[in-house]
Amino acid sequence: MQRFVYADNAGTTALSKTALEAMMPYLTEFYGNPSSIYSLGRKSKTAIETARQKIAAAIGAKAEEIYFTGGGSEADNWAIRSVVEKMSKKGRHIISTAIEHHAVLHTLKALEKQGCEVTYLPVDSYGQISLDELKDAIRDDTILITIMMANNEIGTILPIAEVSKIAKERGILVHTDAVQAVGHIPVDVDELGVDMLSLAAHKFRGPKGIGALYVRKGLFLPAYLTGGGQEKGRRAGTENVAGIVGMAAALEEAIANMDENIKKVTAMRDRLIENLLKIQFSRLTGDPVNRLPGTASFVFECIEGESLVLSLDAKGICASSGSACSSASLDPSHVLLAIGLPHEIAHGSLRLTINEDNTDEDIDYILAEVPPIIARLREMSPLWEDKINGKL
Amino acid sequence: MYTEKVMDHFANPRNVGELPDANAIGQVGNPKCGDIMKIYMKIEDEVIKDISFKTFGCGAAIATSSMATELVKGKTIQDALALTNKAVVEALDGLPPAKIHCSVLAEQGIKAAIADYYKRQGIDPEPIVGCHCDCEHCEH
Repeated sequence: MQRFVYADNAGTTALSKTALEAMMPYLTEFYGNPSSIYSLGRKSKTAIETARQKIAAAIGAKAEEIYFTGGGSEADNWAIRSVVEKMSKKGRHIISTAIEHHAVLHTLKALEKQGCEVTYLPVDSYGQISLDELKDAIRDDTILITIMMANNEIGTILPIAEVSKIAKERGILVHTDAVQAVGHIPVDVDELGVDMLSLAAHKFRGPKGIGALYVRKGLFLPAYLTGGGQEKGRRAGTENVAGIVGMAAALEEAIANMDENIKKVTAMRDRLIENLLKIQFSRLTGDPVNRLPGTASFVFECIEGESLVLSLDAKGICASSGSACSSASLDPSHVLLAIGLPHEIAHGSLRLTINEDNTDEDIDYILAEVPPIIARLREMSPLWEDKINGKL
Repeated sequence: MYTEKVMDHFANPRNVGELPDANAIGQVGNPKCGDIMKIYMKIEDEVIKDISFKTFGCGAAIATSSMATELVKGKTIQDALALTNKAVVEALDGLPPAKIHCSVLAEQGIKAAIADYYKRQGIDPEPIVGCHCDCEHCEH
């Protein structure tokens, strides 16, 4: 039988057994509405509040600072749009980066159409911002700095604690999209000094469709969804009880095993990087040091990423690419362009994202399958013949 | 998102590689857009006796190259010039909307090779082949 290797954990993860088991009662016998006062309802309410405490503890927050959302994108939307609404008297200027997730970027683009001004900080070839440029970008009417904690395509970890320090001096709110970080690297809201932080359960082996927004105590954000009084009236709608319970169980498990997982996953990632960089005309994308433990991301010249991903799929390997052809536009990913890759090279990107579910045998298999696929696609590529003949 | 036929032509492309005795070579697309097709033909007595391709591009780009070469192999130049991108798409049982441009590239690749055939004989290809639009379609 052909081997199956899942190496797209930045896309989503398999649900952990612990999370599934924690969820099952709330998908079966405990179906009560948490807002109901009878015991079946109270059972659900208690489950939600226990989960809230666990999630808060996992990121160094207080339970009342955690608001459940329908996922990371919703948390990002809520944080950014609420600050714009709340701070409209102070100003409408926001600072972000060129490499944010679309949940942030497209929200900012929409707000620009409504009169907001946004500064997108450029990044260097590792995907790092310059703190001096951040300082220079701050204006009297700057109301928010929203910068991701770790990038989903290239794995670069950004210096959020330093960003917050600068923001504090100027009295500016800070939001971070920590969707790729939470459950994988230490995240502590006080150490980071952020006012808002987004997380999503399915990136750390929790269920899909559930996430949370951390909102620092004392910061009152306007309601995102109006209706019933759920989430202190800020996010109405009957709670996704099983999802919330599953998220807490998955995060608790990830935190308990974090040191061990980081060691194991980093070793596997480094083996991928070391060996795949032996392929001619390849390069690593993202920061080689300040990097998520599970992200091995590359570009291979003279081939196109979608062909590579489809070929890997035929071998049972799930991976992804930021090539144009994996999207509707003809442009490669904004992240790969922002780190300075020319279009033609950015087209040949490959992202392998592993987690603690992967094994050394998975890595052996990937290392055995990737080089011949690249060789085959290059053999087929008219660019390759020019490249090796020195014409490119 | 891809049909079985597309996946088959991507995984087992027909007529792939160079043609050593080609007397017509056309290249369309550009690396910036993420796809380049190079079509090699051996034309004798106005008939495409042999054909091959090399393609840099996505699954659809490789599959449309493969299918286009199959559709014109053994055909007269006139028949090959009548090949439309629509015929390539139909032969593949369809393409996702974002990938239709790959079939346009395949049609243009065939025309570019035929244009090269005429040029090599000192004949202006434009009245016969029409514009074989090198890459400007990429903007669309």
